[in-house]
Amino acid sequence: MKIQKLDYPGIGETLYSAVLDNGLEVRVVPKKDYSTFYAAFAANYGGACRRFTVDGRELDTPAGVAHYLEHKMFDLPNGDSALNILSANGADPNAFTSSGITCYYFQCTQGFEENLRMLLHFVSTPYFTDETVQKEQGIIAQEIRMGEDNPGLAIYYNLLKMLYAHHPIRDRVAGTVESIADITAETLYDCHRVFYAPSNMVLCVEGNVDPETIVQIAEEVLPKEKAPVPAADFGPAEDILPAERFHTEAMEVSAPQFLIGAKLTPGLTGTQAQRQRLVAALALRMLCGSSSPFFTRLYADGTLNNDFDYEVDASAGTITVIIGGESKVPERVLDELSAEIARVAAEGFNEAYFTRSKRASLGARLRALEDFDNVCVSLAMDCFDGYCSFDSYKLLEEISAEDCRLFVAESLAPERLALSVITPKEAKA
Amino acid sequence: MEYSRSELMPGVFLSHLRSDKFKTACMSVNLLTQLKRETAAMNALIPSVLRRGTQRYPDMEKLSARLDELYGAAIEQVIRRIGEVHCLGFFASFPEPAFLPGGEALLGEMSGLMAEMLLSPVTRGGLLLPQYVDSEKEKLLDLIRSRVNEKRSYAVQRCLEEMCCYEDYAVSRFGDIPECEAIHYKKLSRYYRELLRKSPVELFYCGQARFETVEEALRDAFAAMPRGELDFDIGTEIRMNAVEAEPRYFEEHMDVTQGKLVLGFRLGECMEDPDRAAIHVFNAVYGSGATSKLFMNVREKLSLCYYASSAVILRKGLMIVSSGISFENFESAKTEILAQLEAVKSGEISDDELLWAKRAVASDLRASLDSQGELEGWWLSQAVDGGECSPTELAELVENVTKEDVMAIARSVELDMVYFLCGSDEDEEEEDEDEDTEA
Repeated sequence: MKIQKLDYPGIGETLYSAVLDNGLEVRVVPKKDYSTFYAAFAANYGGACRRFTVDGRELDTPAGVAHYLEHKMFDLPNGDSALNILSANGADPNAFTSSGITCYYFQCTQGFEENLRMLLHFVSTPYFTDETVQKEQGIIAQEIRMGEDNPGLAIYYNLLKMLYAHHPIRDRVAGTVESIADITAETLYDCHRVFYAPSNMVLCVEGNVDPETIVQIAEEVLPKEKAPVPAADFGPAEDILPAERFHTEAMEVSAPQFLIGAKLTPGLTGTQAQRQRLVAALALRMLCGSSSPFFTRLYADGTLNNDFDYEVDASAGTITVIIGGESKVPERVLDELSAEIARVAAEGFNEAYFTRSKRASLGARLRALEDFDNVCVSLAMDCFDGYCSFDSYKLLEEISAEDCRLFVAESLAPERLALSVITPKEAKA
Repeated sequence: MEYSRSELMPGVFLSHLRSDKFKTACMSVNLLTQLKRETAAMNALIPSVLRRGTQRYPDMEKLSARLDELYGAAIEQVIRRIGEVHCLGFFASFPEPAFLPGGEALLGEMSGLMAEMLLSPVTRGGLLLPQYVDSEKEKLLDLIRSRVNEKRSYAVQRCLEEMCCYEDYAVSRFGDIPECEAIHYKKLSRYYRELLRKSPVELFYCGQARFETVEEALRDAFAAMPRGELDFDIGTEIRMNAVEAEPRYFEEHMDVTQGKLVLGFRLGECMEDPDRAAIHVFNAVYGSGATSKLFMNVREKLSLCYYASSAVILRKGLMIVSSGISFENFESAKTEILAQLEAVKSGEISDDELLWAKRAVASDLRASLDSQGELEGWWLSQAVDGGECSPTELAELVENVTKEDVMAIARSVELDMVYFLCGSDEDEEEEDEDEDTEA
């Protein structure tokens, strides 16, 4: 087993990486003076991966399976729960399912190797019975209900439904109370066998550890054979324009909430994908970040408040720009943003502003490295897209103001923007 | 990590934590004052108004441009309540010299900027700018109103409000709407000047710079800090028992699909001389984390909810149990939550449960040493308490907590308020009436 060592002196980090014979990629970031150990074990399988082929059978699984599987993975064949075992050992374990990935992780300050073995063991050991699967429905139904009352989720999924005509990213990761009713132990076994093969997974570890030990443990605990990497079928390519441009829904909120979104060119991998995201993030920082002329003006005149934010969301083969917050006049925000986009497209960003924004971006990225959760989860997600986020610091230097102008002019052209709004319910008389 | 503390000038204290492991340094300044309904909104508003512009950088665009030049250094307003002590100020973070191209030290510049933000806002005729005050006031009102958007935290906050309706703690850290609406820029300017003169000030630094270097930078930066007659008479009133003989019940209706059940408890007489280690372990045994009785029984065994967990508000002597349930499970969830507390009281705690709880609490405390944000919060709370206990020291005390210690805390705990956020359609209301009679 060859472990590759890469130094990143600019950010004071060293990354060790290896690909095991079974296809698992391992990434380790040693941290000498820290008490915390963090491990994330992720599968390239999320809520949107619903259609796939297994043993020549074409399966179309109900919405919510990946998330349901995540809940049930913690059950061990002897009746124990891995969640309890890890917690009992002083670790803080958890998991999340997005539309693109499922990630199991824990943080601890002692017993790391034992905890790591348990993490790898339970995620690679499916054990479901119809009875245990049935029993989880009550808990997940409550989680779904909680999500239905959450305006942040409502506005987000409304936006995705407007942007994407048919891609399964449109549906809630947790599914609906109805869609999860048909999930059986067999469905879960099928999905586990196809998507939880080591060749479709990544392990990221940060803490005071020895990379060789991590690799050794992974080799010992996980299956030896290398399974073919599966591909989920997300349906035909989406048009780059939104399927619908405006949508409004009323909920129990105090003031209108809005999201403005646009699809970016999907399907890039490796440095190309990394570059696309870096350009998008830097361009958005300059267009509408907290120091931008656009934001400071609309903040000062009361149109926007500190809730305003932007992000580039890459998941399940899609990549989406999302800009939003709270405003009494969401339509006006869209008009003002469109005008600013037109101005930037015509004039570009001035060099002094560009240089200082790059500096700020560097500082913000440096700060993000203090967060174990952020480091491990990004390293895992980047791995599936064929790059490493530690390279961003170097790559950022190569990005020009013109790259950013082009991004704004093309990707944020007016016809590509959609606006999703949640308004307060009318007060009852 | 080396901890030092000193008084830089009358009532201005510096807590210094030297550490080489972080890539960014952090620094904070907090004014300490009594949490009261009349002044809470003004307290909350002041940092936001000050953050709008200083004499050198009079608007947000100039201020942000400066911070961007300093490699994305951040200075953000922070409003906290620690018990009934209202803490308002700024939290700054900036890259350590080793990670900057020229190796420049930003400590001096950042100390100056943070002090300028607190002491030298842009003014006209000595008063805060009315347009800044009005604009931030609107935003604060939006923020106070927006609490309804997140039902889980909303329900907890409402339970605390109802439970502590005779105490200052009923007011949130952002204050209330009527008091906020009444704020006028002239009155706020006067109040701000008075607050600067009379409030004890807590400064915090964590990073690579040595104590003497930081002390000197901050002493210079805050040299103009006005110091009048200091008001050290601030603290928290802790009510030991429930307000009425029977737990109070409060119900609220909203158009929601999931109910939120929140139980508010007084920690009780154990607060006379609180054994913090034991209280934390009790909380872990009872309701916080995956090995707790609430998680294992209310969620895992009975599948009644997605979440049911307890949290202790140590400095006010309170415990909150919060849970998301189907409306019809109100009685069964409440009964089970209380039954699990009875189990802890009567000593139904296995050696394993105790061990797991202690591990979880100690591990959280040790992990906090890796987060500057948590360290800052920890040492600010210590300063408010007048204590100097490090997370590591408390973690050691946790190891010695016994089952009897945990039972003693459980026996001291008393239910004071049951709060239920539920649906608003007609059918529900009939059911709710039934519950009223039962409660």
